[in-house]
Amino acid sequence: MPVETWLIFIVGFMLIGSIAALEMKDLLSAIIAVGIVGLGVSMAFLLLQAPDLAIVQFLFEIFSVVIIVRAFLKKDYHSEGEGQRNRLLGGITVLTLIAVFLLSIRLFKALPPFGKPLMTTARYYLENCASQTHAANIVSSIVLDYRGYDTLGEVTVLFTAILGALTIIRLKSKRKTEGEGQS
Amino acid sequence: MTLYLMCFALLLIGIYGIIVKRDLVKIIIASGIMGYASNLLLILFAYRKGGIYPILEKGKDMTGRVMVDPLPQALVLTSIVIELGITAMLIALAIRIFEKYKTFDITKIRRLKG
Repeated sequence: MPVETWLIFIVGFMLIGSIAALEMKDLLSAIIAVGIVGLGVSMAFLLLQAPDLAIVQFLFEIFSVVIIVRAFLKKDYHSEGEGQRNRLLGGITVLTLIAVFLLSIRLFKALPPFGKPLMTTARYYLENCASQTHAANIVSSIVLDYRGYDTLGEVTVLFTAILGALTIIRLKSKRKTEGEGQS
Repeated sequence: MTLYLMCFALLLIGIYGIIVKRDLVKIIIASGIMGYASNLLLILFAYRKGGIYPILEKGKDMTGRVMVDPLPQALVLTSIVIELGITAMLIALAIRIFEKYKTFDITKIRRLKG
């Protein structure tokens, strides 16, 4: 079978998994269904000839499922009630999104077809990477050499996000210990 | 083009989840689905028919072999790592909100001050 058929199969599986993840009442089932979506992305990366990305996506998926399960499983969980307003909002949103989908068909027709990318910047990288950077992996040579400032910005964003998360969690425990000390 | 449209539908499902769902955990999951869809869409743009992975191998003749576009792969590598940080931060915020209000339902979280 050609690659495209496999990819259509995997993306269709991911569509089913994402709808299941959003509509399931049980929290653990929803988290595991979103894990299916992430692993499907990882397999699609393997088929699209991106092995580095497949490894990173696989690790990301395992980590995020473990973190979400660890964070939310112990909390007692109330399922949302079906309100009249919520159903109206859902209907309007679905109609709008279907309209956006139908309007976007022309946009995707204007793009170059699947399997024939433009490759204007990438051709320079592919031709000159070996002589200029002496790196065997072209993706890592782009990340660390040609676009080093980009990676610096990425590290800054990641550092800020982790710092923010740690600060939010620390704030809680500090106030709790103070409250216990007073009472 | 079918693949592009299916991937775009995945993105729209994520947007639907963020707008309609009232549960904070579901909103975090929906934002993760949006991230997957946009990453996959970028890599789908980069695929070249018959191309191989962009890694040079020693002693292997590369003339005549086409490679896939390495630039979106480098950008998506950045994006995946940032997504992990953002997910961790959203989860930390959700845990804090749960400890303060004892609920994940966003319609019941009204006192958004202090």
